[in-house]
Amino acid sequence: MPLSKAKVTQLSEFCRTFRIDVLKAIHNIQSGHPGGSLSACEILTLLYQERMNIDAKNPGDPNRDRLVLSKGHAAPMLYRNLIEKGFMPKESMSTLRHINSELQGHPSMHTPGVEIPAGPLGQGLAAAQGMALGLRLNGSPARVYVIMGDGEQDEGAIWEAATSAPKFKLNNLTAIIDYNGVQLDGTTEEIMPLRDLSAKWHSFGWNVIECNGHDLRQLNDALDACAKIEDGPSVIIAKTVKGKGVSFMEGKAAWHGKPPSDDELAMAIAELGGEK
Amino acid sequence: MPKAIREVYGSVLAELGASNPDIVVLDADLSGSTKSGIFGKAYPERFFNMGISESNMVATAAGLSTTGKIPFANTFTAFLTTLGLLSIRSLICYGNLNVKLGGAYCGMSDAFDGSTHHATEDIAVMRSLPNMKVLVPADETSTRWATMFAAEHKGPVYLRLSRDVYPDLYPNDAKFECGKGATIREGTDVTVIACGLLVHKAIEAAEILAKKGISVRVVDMYSIKPIDKDLILKCAAETGAIVTAEEHNIYGGLGGAVSEVLAWGGAGVPTEFVGIRDTFTESGPYAQLLAKYGVDANGVISGIEKALSRKK
Repeated sequence: MPLSKAKVTQLSEFCRTFRIDVLKAIHNIQSGHPGGSLSACEILTLLYQERMNIDAKNPGDPNRDRLVLSKGHAAPMLYRNLIEKGFMPKESMSTLRHINSELQGHPSMHTPGVEIPAGPLGQGLAAAQGMALGLRLNGSPARVYVIMGDGEQDEGAIWEAATSAPKFKLNNLTAIIDYNGVQLDGTTEEIMPLRDLSAKWHSFGWNVIECNGHDLRQLNDALDACAKIEDGPSVIIAKTVKGKGVSFMEGKAAWHGKPPSDDELAMAIAELGGEK
Repeated sequence: MPKAIREVYGSVLAELGASNPDIVVLDADLSGSTKSGIFGKAYPERFFNMGISESNMVATAAGLSTTGKIPFANTFTAFLTTLGLLSIRSLICYGNLNVKLGGAYCGMSDAFDGSTHHATEDIAVMRSLPNMKVLVPADETSTRWATMFAAEHKGPVYLRLSRDVYPDLYPNDAKFECGKGATIREGTDVTVIACGLLVHKAIEAAEILAKKGISVRVVDMYSIKPIDKDLILKCAAETGAIVTAEEHNIYGGLGGAVSEVLAWGGAGVPTEFVGIRDTFTESGPYAQLLAKYGVDANGVISGIEKALSRKK
């Protein structure tokens, strides 16, 4: 179902505040990955705050939808979404990457609501495939989402799972590529050209949908379309901007894993409309 | 008539499949060799052949376990514990997920295929991972137990399995326990602590040395992690010398695990290590390989003699 205007307004406000909260948490510990957290903001927020069937009061529900954040370095945006869903108190966010925290640098089972660890790139698609196979055996209507990076497409393990998921006709599996065009050392074009990514996935047997990964309506329509596909897995290639929402971070590899300074944080918060 | 360890394992998987609908089995295009295909034939809807993609298989097993399934992932352990290692470490062990790893063709049991297909470092790798249990059965009965235990235990388990036929060691009703070893033969002069094939070689060595008046105790350390500290220290105290024996590099495997206990316990007894001496192996008939690389009865005898010569 298309998103209503009121829903877009609500989700956009979530995204705005989540961006600020993520940058504050990374600034607080002076460590973390702002670029990829901001580029995956709309994808994660739409899934967690609107689409996924999950309930913090019943976290073990066998029919809950699952999400694997294969690009685990975007963990802060995942954590902020889990907090909004009630899995943790809001104060947890300031413990990101601190000693004894339930919020590890990359997703782990220490964090309520996290389904499986992630961090070393390339493993999440196969893990999500396993979840989709298990849920189908269980007769569960649940869906599995996996969010990958575009730099992550360099990993051979992605293409092993890309080969097998269509064999198993996993129509309960939706992969989303956060295609921000930038990896740690530079642009994907400079470091490892992806060529025609859509054609690659298509040739592996996936249903491919391309959209703007910051446009909540487009993303939502793409996810609706995936849910209707019955003959196999789908992948959404979501065009995004690394560091989206903060002008001096946008499209810059330098902001892959650099925390903002005090001044930079203040500028970023101002650009994002300030704290309310 | 004893059966090949891989045959026993495949049959037990199929039995488990009958009694527990949550058991699922994966293989990486070697199900005819690992014998996971016995399960696959009986329960095709719960068997996933992942093709030649070990890392994909292990990560898929990790995902399956989060939905309440009990996955057994199988391939030659030379590939399982190398190509599969990233997901074994960072998904299965870090997440303490309920995944079972069937490491087929351990040691040099895939003899003719050569060093690329021999697994001589897997115990060292697997036992260094938090949450992982490491079991090495040495006959049909202990293979049956280890496989059943893996299915019942909640958490990661590594089963080191041979391609080969091992003679029977235990009666059908023998009791095993994760974290325990078993004294197979009593002795007073020295203890050989062995696993897998080398338990049989140690028995052979003990029989030969008995004729020379040397009394050799033989322990089957089928559980390498956790390991039976009490038994190791008791053997050190009672026999005053220890020889470890395994079809594995002398570094980091059973010998390493036993040494850690001996050092921690302040045992201070001469200890010798029978195993592959930090070298790559080669193709050849299995018995000739075992002889050449010092992991047969003669190798155990020479380890015992060295230990005894150092005993005060």
